[in-house]
Formats: sequence, structure tokens, C-alpha cells
Amino acid sequence: MDALVSALYGIPIVGLVFQLGGYLIAVLPSIAPGILQAATPIAFAALCGVMCERAGVVNIGIEGIMITAAFVGWYTGVLLAPSMGSVDLGLFGANLALVIGLIVALLSGVVVSALHAWLSISVRADQIISGTIINIAAFGLTGYLNNLISKTSPNGAGSFTQFRLPREVLDLPIVGWIIGMFLNQGPIAMSVIVIVVVFQVLLFRSRWGLRSRAVGEHPRAAETVGIDVIRVRYRNVLLGGVFAALGGAYLSMEATNSFQQGMTTGRGFIGLAAMIVGRWSPVGAFGAALLFSSSTALGNSIKFSLPSGDLGTILGSLPDQFYDALPYLVTIVILAGVVGRSVPPAADGQPYEREATT
Amino acid sequence: MSEARPRSERWAPRQVARRVWSVIALPLISILLALIVGAIVIIASQLVLPGAQFNLLLPLTAYSALLQGAFGSFDAIVDTLVATAPLVLGGLSVGFAFKAGLFNIGAQGQFLLGALASVAVGVAVAGSSPLVAISLALLAGLLAGAAWGFIPGFLKAVSGAHEVVVTIMLNYIAIAVIAAVVGGPLRQQGRPEAITPDVGNAALPILIGNSGHAGIVLALVAVAFIAWLLFRTTLGFEVRTVGANPDAARYAGMRPRLLTMLTMSIAGGLAGLAGAVVVLGVTHLMTPSFGTTVGFDSIAVALLGRTNPVGIVFAALLFGALRAGATLMQIEAGIPVELIDVLQATILLFLVAAPVLRRVFRLRGVKTGIESTETITKTYGSETVTG
Repeated sequence: MDALVSALYGIPIVGLVFQLGGYLIAVLPSIAPGILQAATPIAFAALCGVMCERAGVVNIGIEGIMITAAFVGWYTGVLLAPSMGSVDLGLFGANLALVIGLIVALLSGVVVSALHAWLSISVRADQIISGTIINIAAFGLTGYLNNLISKTSPNGAGSFTQFRLPREVLDLPIVGWIIGMFLNQGPIAMSVIVIVVVFQVLLFRSRWGLRSRAVGEHPRAAETVGIDVIRVRYRNVLLGGVFAALGGAYLSMEATNSFQQGMTTGRGFIGLAAMIVGRWSPVGAFGAALLFSSSTALGNSIKFSLPSGDLGTILGSLPDQFYDALPYLVTIVILAGVVGRSVPPAADGQPYEREATT
Repeated sequence: MSEARPRSERWAPRQVARRVWSVIALPLISILLALIVGAIVIIASQLVLPGAQFNLLLPLTAYSALLQGAFGSFDAIVDTLVATAPLVLGGLSVGFAFKAGLFNIGAQGQFLLGALASVAVGVAVAGSSPLVAISLALLAGLLAGAAWGFIPGFLKAVSGAHEVVVTIMLNYIAIAVIAAVVGGPLRQQGRPEAITPDVGNAALPILIGNSGHAGIVLALVAVAFIAWLLFRTTLGFEVRTVGANPDAARYAGMRPRLLTMLTMSIAGGLAGLAGAVVVLGVTHLMTPSFGTTVGFDSIAVALLGRTNPVGIVFAALLFGALRAGATLMQIEAGIPVELIDVLQATILLFLVAAPVLRRVFRLRGVKTGIESTETITKTYGSETVTG
């Protein structure tokens, strides 16, 4: 077996592929939880995109909603930590301040989404411009406040911690690392799987889902059969805000325990790419998010421990920044390869105007 | 309508005033409202933050420092012009793409790559005669930006990948490229910190005051060139037609795919030139964390200037003044420079909500807030250029 492996690894050029395969098999169990963690904010951004665009509203302000929620969640924790930070809830390392922070973060996401909904649905502004404004405003406002706050370097309410599985379960071959990937996680990362499944079923199997899709495909026809297009669009954009806010809150309340200026680093837009690659379906978008995030996790793993042999020599000679840029590169390549065959909802991005009733 | 009137009447002071008002009314109201919102943000942030002293007049202190920093002295005015020059070029970049129905949200990445290329070439030719060195360094910035802009144009033309996502990704890749190159091959030997050598003779000459470099003139030349390109050439006509109605353009025998690639390359080149102007005119070298807000401000400049080259000059002057004055505002009033982003977003917000503003302020006969952006969202997703 070892002789075979070393023979395969020894083939010029092609051997590199085998070496990469061998490296992947070797590190996958250890980086699997990291893949889901890196995928969580991207998946939530993508779910927000699916929620909005299925109803015909383009939302490129997801990044802005995420950074707002990340800031608001963290800062609410800062304010409440002195009074409620010690009320331990016994699960996921949560205290009362942290949980209230999360709820306020979700509300802030809804508020920012409401602005986008008003501009794009009621004012009928260009939806991409509206999203851009939300991004500029959110980055400006959070940067402004963070700048004032960071002078005092306050303590936050901490962060949600991972669910601890017994060692014996995690040591099981294959099954162990699959379980570990999904259950050795904090509450927000764990919830993404539940939300994806529920959302997928509701979108394609429920009356609400049918109505949403009808509004996104052919709003005029939907209105004719008595669906309130404006209401459905508002509801979906506001709900999408909750998803994006969960993604933002994950960054400052679960992945880390503090807010950093611009900490979303394009995840909202990678989420949009995941939505397109996943063909506007929740499960597809989640799969694409996992694909994108595995490049992040793999890059981190390569930085941490290089594979052996020629492959390691090549990868080691690349600058560290190559691995920083890897997720963005992977996103462009996959998006360019898939997008031609991925069809958006027919009325995506088009403002809806009711016909005069008289 | 006005064509029917005699020429003398059309140029009567009242007519001219009415026409000027119809163009500037909404931007002016938006800017004033944004300043009010900014004041509310300043006051409200004192309430939210524990330990901050409450001062109801802080907005006034902040705005007067802002004004002082932007126009308070000859040097301040020159600094404002220096901050304006790259914004004009960046605004032209975003505005030109808008004309073709494309959203170049990646001006920042093209700006960074342009800056990097002109530093790399500038360092290499630092010893040549200034004319040669400056020309080569500027050209390098232009070409690098154009190449970085060509990528999303090409991908949109061949696969339909929307330029918004691709250019944002390229912005982040540009940051990594700069960190890698400035920290690696371009790094100056014998210095403890990663920093490039000086561009030497490739530095732009100073024309006005202490810091007013030739990039200001270059920006105005670019305005004239783009205005000529857009309104006096076949290419410009085709670009505007594709932006206004891609289907009509295709039926008229134009090639939207080719135009998409060309437009994004030109837009990228302009943003790259903006980067070149900043490094050759102001910093003369680069650090791995080199970055400015130019690329993002350019979007606001293009929108406020209604994607019109002349409008862009005035919009760039406004945001250049805000950026130049923000430093003094931070020092004197303790207001973080991010307030400028808030003002910027609020101005755009009011422009986008123009129908509402018009109703509230009973403005009749004024132009819409934001023009020629209708097709951007229309071409979202895969229903992009098909032909």
C-alpha cells in the first residue's frame, strides 16, 4: 500500500494531484468543523439573498446588514454585560447579556432591511443602488461608532461556545468527523443546518413559498389571483434581514468575542455568489457556501501544516497572501463557470407598480 | 419646449437660473439634509456612548472645523484639490461604466492595482529623466487598472457573471496582491518595515502651493477626454445606447459583449490612473496596507454627478473637500472621519428617494436624483448581455 502511494506520488505533475488528494483525505477530519464555521456567515448571507430574490427584490446590501448586526450585537453585550453578564444560562456558554445582544442584533438587521425594502419596493429606486447606499451607510456608521467606543476598549459579553461532544464519539472513523462537523459547533453555526432544511421545505412545499416564488416570477399574475405583491415582498426582505443579521452576529458573538471594523470582509457578496451558484435554492446555496468555505479552511490548514513532498514545496513557496485571496479567487472561478446555467427569478430586481384600479 | 422660444429669451437670466436650479435643486437639498442627519448622528452618538460629555453644539464645532480644513487657507484649498483629483478620475471610471449600464463597484481594486503598477515601474525608472519616468509610471497605472477592469468585463461577456460580485472579489484580491508584492519583490532592502523605495523622478511635479501636483491637471484632461469620447464619438454613442437599451443596441448591429469588455477596461484604466496619481503625486511610495477610500467614494461621486463628466467634477470637489477637511474635524472636534461615509450615504439616500423629496418640498420641473442607472439592476443575474 505504502509502495503504491509513493509510486503514485512520484509521477511528475500528475503525482501532485495524488498528493493533493492524499493531503485532503488526511486533513479533512480535522478541518471539517472549520469548514462549517467558515460557511456559516456565507450561508446566512446566501439565505438572505434567496429570501429576497425569490420574491423579486435584489439585495446587495447584505454585507451592510451583517456588519450592522455584528456591531449592534456586540455593543449591546458591552452595555448589558455589567448587569446581566453573570446570569449564566448553562448552555453554549451563554449569559443573559449575550442572548439579549443576539436578539437586538437580529432586530437591527430587520431595521436595516426595512430601509432597503422601503427604497426598493415603495420608492421603486434602483435596487442595486439602494443596496450600495446601505453598505456605505452601515460601514460608515459602525466605523464611526466603533472609533468612538474603542478608545475605552470595553469588555463585551463574551461569545457563544461550542457544544462539547464526548471524545469517544468524535474518534469514530468517518461517522465521528461528520458528527463533529455538525455538532461540535456553537448555536448559530448549528442553527444554519436546521434553517436551511426548513427554508427549503417551506419555499417549495408551502403556500407561503408558492406565493413568494409567484411574486418573484410574475408579480402581475400573482396580483391577479389575489396575492398582495407589495406585502409579500416586504415580508420576505424583512425576514431576509434576520438571516443576514444571524450571519453578522455569528462573526462578533460566536466566531470571535468582539467587533472589528469591516470584519465581514466581503462575505455578504460571497453569499450572493453562493446563492447564484446554488440556483436560488436554500440547499444549493448552502452547498455552494460549503464549497467556498472549504477553500478558506484548506488555506488555513496549509498555512498551519504543509503537505509533504513536492506539493508542499510548491505550496510553501507561495506567499501567505495567496491563501488570504483564495476564497475570493475560488468564488470568481466557480461563479464564472456556473452562472450561465443558473437562471434567476424572472421578475428579479424589477420594481412592481400596481395597475390603476379604476 | 425651450427650442420653440427665440434664442434671446432662452438665455435670459430668469431662464438660465431656472435651468440651473432644475439641475442643482435636488443635490443641494440632499446635501443640506445630509448635514442635518450628520448633526443628529453626532448628537445621538453622545447619548449612546457612556462617559461622553453631552454637547449640543458639537455638530457646529465639527462642521466649522470641516469647513476650515477644506477651505480655510490657501494650503487647505490646495489639499482639497489634491484630494479631488483622484476622485474625479475614479468618478469618471464609475460614471463611464454606468453609461453602459455596468456597475463598476470595483474601482477600489483597480485603483489599488494601478497604484501598485505605477510604483513598481516608477521605482524601476526612478533615475531616468522626469518626462520619461512620469509617462511610463502613469501608463503602467493606466494599463494595470485596465487589466483589472477587463477581468469582470470579460467574465460578464462570456459567462454572464455579474460584475458586482466579481469586482468586489477582485477588490479583496487586490489587497492581498499589494500586501504580497510590497512585502516581497518590491520591498526596499535594509529597512525594518516593509515599504517600497521612492519613485524618484517619476514623482509628479508640484504646480500650486506645497502639495498641488500635476495630477489635478491630468484629472481635468481626463474629464475633457471622457466627455469627448462619450458625446462626440461612435464608441461613446454605442456605449450610451447599450446602457439605455441593450436590445435596441443589438438590433442596431452593435456588439454588447465587446462593448462590455471595452467599457470595463476603460473604466478600470481611469481608476488605475487615479491610483497612479495618488502614489506619484502624494505618497511617492507604498506600504503593504496601502489603501484609501478613493475607490468607494468614486461611486458616490459618479451618482451625485449624475454620471455626467462635468457633474462628476463638482461632486468630486464636494467629497474631496469633505475628505480634506475631515482630518481637522477629527483633531478639533474628536469626530471620527467615518462621519464622511455617513454623510455620503445620506446624500445618496436622499437622491435615490428623489420622488419623495419632490413631493415633500413641492419641487416641480427639477430633474431626477440619479440618472442612467436603470439598466444595471435589469441586467442582474444571467439575463446579461446576450448577443
